[in-house]
Amino acid sequence: MFLRKIALAGVVSLMGSAALACSYENEVPIKSLSAGFEAWKAVTDAMAECGNFQAELDQEFRTKQPAAFEANPSLYQIGGVSNGTITPLLNAGTIRPLDDLVEKYGQNLKPNQLIRINGQIMAVAMMVNTQHLMYRSDVLADLGIETPTTWDEVYAAAAQIKEAGVMDYPLGATMKSGWNLAQEFVNMYPAHGGKFFNDDNTAAINSEAGLAALETMKAALDFTDPEVLVSDSTYVQQQFQQGKIAMANLWASRAGAMNDPAESEVVGKVAMAAAPKATADGAPATTLWWDGIVIAQNISDEEADAAFRLAMEGLDAETVQGANDAAIWLVDGYEPTEIAAGAIATATANPAPPAYPSTTQMGLLHTALGNELPAFLTGERDAAATLVAIEEAYTTSAKEAGVLK
Amino acid sequence: MKFKTFAAFVGPSVFMMLLFIAAPLVSVFIQSFQVTQPILEQVEVETCTPGFLTQTCTTEIKTVPVLDDNGKTLTETRWVGLQSYQNVLQMDKFWEAVGNGSWNQIMQIDFWKALRFTLSFTLLTLPLVIGVGLAIALAVNNATRSIRGPIIFISLLPFIITPVIGSLSIYWLFVGDGILTAMLERWTGTNISMFAQAWTIELLMYFYRVWHVAPFAFVIFYAGLQTVNMDTLESAVIDGASRWERLRHVIIPHLMPLIIFIALIHLMDCYRVFEEIVGFRSQAHVISLQWLTYDFMTPDDAGNRAISRASASAMLTMIGIVFLLILPLRRTWRDHKGSAH
Repeated sequence: MFLRKIALAGVVSLMGSAALACSYENEVPIKSLSAGFEAWKAVTDAMAECGNFQAELDQEFRTKQPAAFEANPSLYQIGGVSNGTITPLLNAGTIRPLDDLVEKYGQNLKPNQLIRINGQIMAVAMMVNTQHLMYRSDVLADLGIETPTTWDEVYAAAAQIKEAGVMDYPLGATMKSGWNLAQEFVNMYPAHGGKFFNDDNTAAINSEAGLAALETMKAALDFTDPEVLVSDSTYVQQQFQQGKIAMANLWASRAGAMNDPAESEVVGKVAMAAAPKATADGAPATTLWWDGIVIAQNISDEEADAAFRLAMEGLDAETVQGANDAAIWLVDGYEPTEIAAGAIATATANPAPPAYPSTTQMGLLHTALGNELPAFLTGERDAAATLVAIEEAYTTSAKEAGVLK
Repeated sequence: MKFKTFAAFVGPSVFMMLLFIAAPLVSVFIQSFQVTQPILEQVEVETCTPGFLTQTCTTEIKTVPVLDDNGKTLTETRWVGLQSYQNVLQMDKFWEAVGNGSWNQIMQIDFWKALRFTLSFTLLTLPLVIGVGLAIALAVNNATRSIRGPIIFISLLPFIITPVIGSLSIYWLFVGDGILTAMLERWTGTNISMFAQAWTIELLMYFYRVWHVAPFAFVIFYAGLQTVNMDTLESAVIDGASRWERLRHVIIPHLMPLIIFIALIHLMDCYRVFEEIVGFRSQAHVISLQWLTYDFMTPDDAGNRAISRASASAMLTMIGIVFLLILPLRRTWRDHKGSAH
């Protein structure tokens, strides 16, 4: 809400000086709904320069977007999505194919940015995001520790830092029960060679890989703050900024904040590396995400035209150069700096980590994971029983959702 | 009063109650016996996602909803009887756990875990709220007139704070690097983690709720104290009754209807405990019935929400409140009938 207000205020103030930095003047009123992080702020600010544009930046966008786009006419023309949140829009058919619009206005887009579903362009990606290893290069160098590449090495390094008395809890983790904790499992499980579903949509996580993933996750608790089950990305970011932790597998979109002198006590001391692997020859234990824009289906073609043209103005090289370190941009004109090194190493690793497998079933399983994993980490339930409980929770909700008969 | 006048006064409020309370309740009641599902089909989908330099395309079988000609998702609604209630209550697992005599196993089932906390939260804070409220009221009543105003103002402050904000403040004060934790850690020299285990979180929740609601009890009791019969009190003093005896035999019986009233309101409010769970982020350790309903309602990234289970869970919460209120309500009813004779 707060971000949204700021953004609205920003938009209003920019509208006064409309069409200053924009190459044309926008005549059609356009609204957008997206997440509220730094990159979206930069993009929507750039769009606002063309006038007649209202941006809603809201971290709760994922709960609002499906209903808002299902309205006719749609409440927003432009939506900001990630590969996780595009699924309900695709399923409900509330976003339109962009092939003709890309042809008309998308000369500057790289082929890599075009998200094709069954050959049709359904979204235009602007940045990639992934969880990767951030570490205090000074602390590791002092103790002569090499940059860890596997989770075993991360834990060994954490043990060494703890032993040396540098920090009580050298490791940070986004293990807040619910979505964050479930995401940790989604990172770890495929890296141990597991697959989430059988062909008939039943869950397949009760396996050797499942046990291995749980074991790896629990091993982290020896080195994390005891309150790790309430710690989300922002909390881990702050722990880093206050010099309380030395390593964490954290979102690339948080990297810029490490060097923000207004918030951080560790400017220039946090380095980024590829996400740690679960096994020595496997892929980094993480998932790849992209963020980008979609255009609503339930609007007139003129509006769609104007909305897409405006979005292209927001996604141009000028925007990216003005906010280079806000994200790992896919847009032309982006100059990767040191803080992008980890994300790029992760995305280009061989074998590469999977993209987040967003489907209806995955949504249900993600919720089941988020609700059932805490009992394992608090020690109330053992690993085998936890995997059974997750599968049971998934089966119940999958039957209610009609995914399983 | 003429019936017509009466109806004109009460009509709008009855209409509003029917529209905003009864109708949604009926709809939730019906939905708890139904399941609405999209009609799904399996299709092969090729999805291309960007890496940093190149795209990776994967082809997989996806389960997606069928759309009709207008682009709306086709859904079907079925009557499922008590299936959703069974999904929430999980009686089979419950009896199995009871059979094993394992409390820990019962506490692994979300509903029973939530019920355990909700009941202990409600019943433990009740006497505390009444006790603390009465204590403040007595203290203020005996304070010098000149400082009564400021004292009343200060003791009312916690009640004014929005519950979500209040619980967030407590969270921020006591979380790992919060001001109060840091201070306590400096004094005691040990590391304190209030949010790392269930019992400390629960303690904080009890403390917060009593701190938040006691002013309400205080205001009501304070008003009640102004109407205590002075003659009875004076004769009690002449009879040699001590301060405690006067409280026990004169003041408390006089305040009894108010105590029942506060108990009623508190039971209703507390059984719906929610803000503490969200504010304290306690889901890993402690959950409440209302939070359970909320969790069913919250859509995941793929847009799924468990409406049927949410409805069933909401109905169960309502049934729970009714059970809790039977005792105090019966008493009020008896008093009411007694005074009529």
